[in-house]
Amino acid sequence: MTATMTPNPVRKRSALTKGQLPKAAPFIVLVLALVIGAAILALVGFNAFGWGIVSAILFAAGLVGWSAIVEGRRKAQDKLATCLVSGAFIVALLPLVSVIWTVLVNGIPGLVTPGFLTYSMNGVTGAYDNRAAEEGAPIIGGIYHAMLGTLEITLLATAMSVPVGLLTAIYLVEYGNDRPLARAITFFVDVMTGIPSIVAGLFSAAFFFAIVGPGTKTGAVAAVALSVLMIPVVVRSSEEMLKIVPNELREAAYALGVRKWRTILKVVIPTAISGIASGVTLAIARVIGETAPILVTAGFATAINANVFSGWMASLPTFIYTQILNPTSPSNPDPSSQRAWGAALVLIILVMLLNLGARLIARVFAPKAGR
Amino acid sequence: MSKRIDVKDLNVYYSKFLAVEDVSINIEAKSVTAFIGPSGCGKSTFLRTLNRMHEVIPGARVEGEVLLDGDNLYGAGVDPVTVRSQIGMVFQRPNPFPTMSIRDNVLAGVKLNNQKISKGEADALVERSLRGANLWNEVKDRLQKPGSGLSGGQQQRLCIARAIAVEPQVILMDEPCSALDPISTLAIEDLINDLKDQYTVVIVTHNMQQAARVSDRTAFFNIAGTGKPGKLIEVGDTHTIFSNPTQKATEDYVSGRFG
Repeated sequence: MTATMTPNPVRKRSALTKGQLPKAAPFIVLVLALVIGAAILALVGFNAFGWGIVSAILFAAGLVGWSAIVEGRRKAQDKLATCLVSGAFIVALLPLVSVIWTVLVNGIPGLVTPGFLTYSMNGVTGAYDNRAAEEGAPIIGGIYHAMLGTLEITLLATAMSVPVGLLTAIYLVEYGNDRPLARAITFFVDVMTGIPSIVAGLFSAAFFFAIVGPGTKTGAVAAVALSVLMIPVVVRSSEEMLKIVPNELREAAYALGVRKWRTILKVVIPTAISGIASGVTLAIARVIGETAPILVTAGFATAINANVFSGWMASLPTFIYTQILNPTSPSNPDPSSQRAWGAALVLIILVMLLNLGARLIARVFAPKAGR
Repeated sequence: MSKRIDVKDLNVYYSKFLAVEDVSINIEAKSVTAFIGPSGCGKSTFLRTLNRMHEVIPGARVEGEVLLDGDNLYGAGVDPVTVRSQIGMVFQRPNPFPTMSIRDNVLAGVKLNNQKISKGEADALVERSLRGANLWNEVKDRLQKPGSGLSGGQQQRLCIARAIAVEPQVILMDEPCSALDPISTLAIEDLINDLKDQYTVVIVTHNMQQAARVSDRTAFFNIAGTGKPGKLIEVGDTHTIFSNPTQKATEDYVSGRFG
């Protein structure tokens, strides 16, 4: 039976696969490139960064050259493009990996310190840090007040931005009809997207100085500053999401004798809600790490302040900023820098959770197509 | 529960462009009227003016009168929403609401308008409408599943069920079978035959056999050339239009010698 299935046992390799590099070719070239790269670098003085660059160039040149000889011009060009695209990807990924690695390495000691997440910096003086650095006493003080501030300020900013942004997007998509007003709003939303965050902070501070009184610095002022940054992002993402709701659904609702506002409320928004919700979450992730506008609007505090409407308030970014710039103990900045890295790690984890939350929201709200 | 429509000297414009010119037609109650004609001749545009759905398109407007049992749809103070609750519409492509279950799709006309309805009444309405659309037996065990999970033909019948659940006087259908396979088309055609016992049905179709099969009366629309307005050439009993039309253009079109 098997004999009949191999009519031509002499021929071992298919004619269709002639003129191809072996499957292991990239690995062979990679090893050679790494070895030769190391050798070249050894002549001028070895360093890892140079080794990577030289090896990458050698790898691309080697693989493309080999392919050109064996496989021909078209395949060689394909390999070159693959090398360029993969190289660009690696270059883009390097800073990200590096940042996460650095923050993890430096932040974990702070994060696992007992009380780091549950205590504020109230009463923590340079004397404690000096003792920690010189005598090995435990590092005390934590970021509870800063986390509380960040969460409250961001929550308030979201509560202000989402209604304004969503309603603006609804006007633009459903009622604007490319009227002059709609075009003006689109233009100014685009302009707002480019406002430097410190300007948003100054605007909010000046606004409250004029209305409430000079020197008004509270969490609410910071929330207004952040919402100035958030609104254009929310408008933009909601607008895009509302635009991709098929017109057929609106027509279907109109044809049932449903009023326009009900159609928007009960058909258009539910259809787009998953995209809107994830857009909002990403907008939050965008502003949660803002430092400058919070510094000029909420100041910074070392004690717990749960009231956004009175008194200075700490937040994670300003906590990091002040811990690094003005260490609690100027002579021994290490405990402060450990706390700053810990706070940075918490901030990154928060942003990551928000991004995961956005995906989860998108999945939960997405229209289902089950049978 | 069905009303007649009389159209008098209707012109339809898109901004300044005259799309359909001078249409006068009487559509009988409890009958099926088919609109046939080449693409772009204004059949669908005209159909939309019968329940003011053309107003969704910016710049579209009409001149003339459309009378629903004597009441002008375009009279002063007439709310298009009232018009549309009396004259339902089924579209070319099935468009069930993707966020809603099959049951909620059928109840959409009621629920979206926030009308109060008891569960018993709702169940009865769902069953009645789905039976009316010949879909009940296929979906009765999965009413809570999303409507978008149905096949194209089932989705279109769901849309018809949704339209008849608001108990309109007239049902307009804009090429309801053009996205469907022959078997689903047959199901819809049978359904149209049943619907005319209770409703006035107006259907736009590109398929002349379909017009001949389902309609009592047929109206032929034509267009003189690109950029010219569409016109109603001839309207009459379907049998007459297909066997013995008075106009040369109609005869050419229905016999396939168009041009």
